[in-house]
Amino acid sequence: MTCRLWPALFCLGLFSAPFLAAETLHEERSLYRDITVTQEGNRRCLVFNVHRGDRNQTCMNTADPERLVFEYAKMTFAGLLLNPNPQNILIAGLGGGSLPTTLTKLYPEAKIDVIEIDQAVVNVAKRFFDFEETVNVKVAVNDARVFVKRAGLLEQRYDFVILDAFTGDYIPEHLLTEEFLEEVRAIMSPDAVLVANTFSTSRFYDHESVTYQKVFGEFFNFKLPSSGNRIIIARNEALPPRGELNAVARSLSPRVEAFGVPLLEYPNRLSTRVDWDMSRRALTDQYSPSNLLRDN
Amino acid sequence: MNAKQARRPNNQGPQAIPSLLVVSAAFVSGFCIMTIEMLGARIMAPYFGGSLSVWGSILTVFMLALACGYLIGGKLSTNRPSLLSYALFFLTAAALSLPIIFFADEIMRPIFLAVEDPRYGSLLASLFLYFLPTTILGMISPYSVRLLVENSDHSGQKAGLLFFVSTLGSAAGTLGTSFYLVLWFEVNEIVFGTAAALALIGVILMIAGTQRGHANDL
Repeated sequence: MTCRLWPALFCLGLFSAPFLAAETLHEERSLYRDITVTQEGNRRCLVFNVHRGDRNQTCMNTADPERLVFEYAKMTFAGLLLNPNPQNILIAGLGGGSLPTTLTKLYPEAKIDVIEIDQAVVNVAKRFFDFEETVNVKVAVNDARVFVKRAGLLEQRYDFVILDAFTGDYIPEHLLTEEFLEEVRAIMSPDAVLVANTFSTSRFYDHESVTYQKVFGEFFNFKLPSSGNRIIIARNEALPPRGELNAVARSLSPRVEAFGVPLLEYPNRLSTRVDWDMSRRALTDQYSPSNLLRDN
Repeated sequence: MNAKQARRPNNQGPQAIPSLLVVSAAFVSGFCIMTIEMLGARIMAPYFGGSLSVWGSILTVFMLALACGYLIGGKLSTNRPSLLSYALFFLTAAALSLPIIFFADEIMRPIFLAVEDPRYGSLLASLFLYFLPTTILGMISPYSVRLLVENSDHSGQKAGLLFFVSTLGSAAGTLGTSFYLVLWFEVNEIVFGTAAALALIGVILMIAGTQRGHANDL
């Protein structure tokens, strides 16, 4: 490390601001954002809009690339408790590609469609994060709303849908409306599960919860104290009883252990408790000031 | 209109076009243009997404429409300009904004089905949704200048004042819509509000124009 060359105090300063200590592997300004890839020790991260202090989008442990680094990425796998054997997976939002990369290892036969609006993100995921397009894993550079609407027209069906298109500081507002969720519901097979990665703070939480409830009815709310994220798990059918989730967790847990997913801990964390203000207005194509609501 | 009339000294009599009215009308028109433009992306996102190209389509169509509007409005202003014709621009723009509320889905759905590339889809949809009302709103600017100008010495100054006010209106419309209106109202309610404001201005101008009697004495 360069530390040996620097006075100890300065070095300490560097470590207390870990981002500064990280080496920048790649910087790029895409159509939608500034993309930075950093490496610090074994930790390689994809950062959007670093100057605005955005959080890391994805991090990878380069010494153990299989193991998921972020809590929210692991939490996404709680969706498997409701459908342990997905065959047609749709992921909106690529990031570093940790979700499709892990899912295709878990389910080599499954067809995975990834939608990513930013070609530059696709390039970076391939170059720095071991993301690969294969016969079964395909990326469409498109807006998720357009992709989903067209998939509906073509009567395509998915049994596992992941919505992961929100970055730390921006919500694509047309991807969080009643109408959009209805369009997503229309391409979900009867046994399909929807997993949405979103935020757990601010007034926005109430509006989002009301919107999901309006479309899907009761859903699982999954939050962990260690993560500012919130995972919504919904499906068309009624939610399964907890006993069933535990049984699936026991049988599936050995397979996801290698990825660092503590699946056995998850069933008890899935909550159906309404902890939001139900009088809030649902978000629709007509009313969707999500980013304004989030800041207020 | 001949040069002698145009060089008439300061027209302070009862026959003068009320500048405040014209300037206010231009402010409202500037406001409405940008309100509709800001909402344009929101209206089209369900069909064409929120990518940069969708914004590109909207801005292109608005610029083209305004360009045509300036040309047509300028031309029309040479032929016996009157408050009544001016009022008609506002009423027509209001009427042509209504399809954005009532037929947006009917317009966008077939385009979405026919055109797979969201770039050209959004461009076509913008054309059908926004071109006509924006062209009419564009006609208002040069026509307003003509109504304000009493002699050629001050024509540049009047044009400057007019662009100042209408662009201020545009700034207010942009900020007001994106910061507040979308938080308080539904998209269609806001579009309806702009149509109503345009219609109201149209009616006021019409009353003012009628009271002035025939406008060819300008």
